[in-house]
Amino acid sequence: MADKIDQIFVTVLHFLVSYLPEAWRPLASSLICIAFILMVFPLIFSLTTIFERKGIGRIQNRYGPNRVGIPFTKIRLAGFGQFLPDGVKMLTKEDVVPRAADQVVHFLAPIVLLIPVLLTYAVLPFGRNMAIADYDAGLLFFLAVGGAVEISVFMAGWSSRNKYSLLGAMRAIAQMVSYEIPLILSGVTVVMIAGTLNLSQIVEHQNQYTFGIAHWFVFTPWGLVGFILFFIASLAESNRSPFDLPEAESEIIAGYFTEYSGFKFALFFLGEYLGMFSIIGLGITLFLGGWTSPVSFLTWIPSWIWFLTKMMAIVFVFIWIRATLPRLRMDQLMGFAWKFMLPLALINILVAGLWHFMSHDWQRWLVCSAIIFGAYVVLGRGLMANQKLGKRIYRYAE
Amino acid sequence: MSPFFIITAVVTLFGAVLAMSLRNLVHCALAMAIAFAGVAALFLQLGAEFVGFAQILIYIGAIAILIVFAILLTRSGESPDKSVLTSGWWAGIAVTAMVFTILGWAVLSSSAVPKELPAAPAATVKNVGDLLMTKFVLPLEIVALVLTAAMIGAVLIALKEDNKDNAGGQP
Repeated sequence: MADKIDQIFVTVLHFLVSYLPEAWRPLASSLICIAFILMVFPLIFSLTTIFERKGIGRIQNRYGPNRVGIPFTKIRLAGFGQFLPDGVKMLTKEDVVPRAADQVVHFLAPIVLLIPVLLTYAVLPFGRNMAIADYDAGLLFFLAVGGAVEISVFMAGWSSRNKYSLLGAMRAIAQMVSYEIPLILSGVTVVMIAGTLNLSQIVEHQNQYTFGIAHWFVFTPWGLVGFILFFIASLAESNRSPFDLPEAESEIIAGYFTEYSGFKFALFFLGEYLGMFSIIGLGITLFLGGWTSPVSFLTWIPSWIWFLTKMMAIVFVFIWIRATLPRLRMDQLMGFAWKFMLPLALINILVAGLWHFMSHDWQRWLVCSAIIFGAYVVLGRGLMANQKLGKRIYRYAE
Repeated sequence: MSPFFIITAVVTLFGAVLAMSLRNLVHCALAMAIAFAGVAALFLQLGAEFVGFAQILIYIGAIAILIVFAILLTRSGESPDKSVLTSGWWAGIAVTAMVFTILGWAVLSSSAVPKELPAAPAATVKNVGDLLMTKFVLPLEIVALVLTAAMIGAVLIALKEDNKDNAGGQP
């Protein structure tokens, strides 16, 4: 029974496709998979926006949306119906394009953002046997396609002919390029240990249990550091607080999508959240065991439920961080990426190699942890050395 | 020729022609990104996953962004009034056609190119990695050295000359 529920989507897909002639099956199965992604993840996105507004409201001691439930009834659902009127509002708003804007590029930018973001979902294994395109080089595909997002950010910022938009785009691209390097390097450790770039095989590699505890890569010294680096870099890649300088409302209004309204703005919003989900999905796949269960006695829970649970748990941490931390300054942002995360990621690669070649006993835990801890202390002190932290002196405000 | 090949070929050529003929330099750079994407799609159709993904990662993710930034930082966004084609464009086309003919003839008649295509290997990325670490390790290291030298050079150029200008900078 548990197996059947685990494989329910795969079974349904095979059932639907089996009615078609042989020649049409690959095309039909891809179309069904595309429809699945287009249905499920925007729905999760819309629920996450409510979850985020309510969560931040809770943390900041105010009410979030709590009125709208099912339209035309008295059922309120604690405000979780809010996304329906929000969506209708977005769709019916006027689409304002600045007169000086570059019409074609301005129109194409949100589309160019959404296409690579949706493509990244193709390689993620959502559950057992549930990777849609099981590429041999799946991780490379994800990183390559994800990197193409930057060009749409540039297109949006440049075509608006607005200095806030251009500034936001410049900030966004500088930030994305900088944080992509620790992101990729922290993923390299997993590739070194698992010996494959295929995301399904990386998950299979973590699907073993000792004393009932799973072999997730996050439970090793290099994996923990890799996961934390990946987590910080993915916050920056998805432009979330405290790395939300590209769209800092109080400084540059909304950054590269200042001049977008109506449905195009909704597309940017959607693209940003879908990008966040996909990069969280990659982090789960690489470090948190993908669809596997953390303890062996819970393996009866379907794999896709584990994947979604882990994803929503990390989304919650993202929301928590957004409600808690202030925004970084641009030089702090760059300094953190290049002076701290990049060297630590490089050292982590060395540690992963050491871990692979040392014998399987307690010594490698000690040695690897000691190297990482030493590197963390030295790099952290180096980063904070010339910061002149202390009482702030204002030159102009007094 | 499959219809997919024809579509990607047309898109690639369309992007390349746009990159040459548009007036606004930023548009040209974006059109070139289309051509890069088309080339990546062609690689993928040939079953060269690694090369195709590397093409996307490097050319669209890095080079196109680099070009766009270089354009933005070095000149204003004004497009030139005069035509982008010079008067001697037909000579250019003639030279290009000649070079293409000679290169194509040389490649087709070369004995180094096997006439029969070998069977596609299974795990291509693994093979590429194995070859890079064994047979082609020297070229790989030389490329790494060249890139490191280029990066050090870039840092040296970007480094401040001396601290004289920086005296009143920090509060």
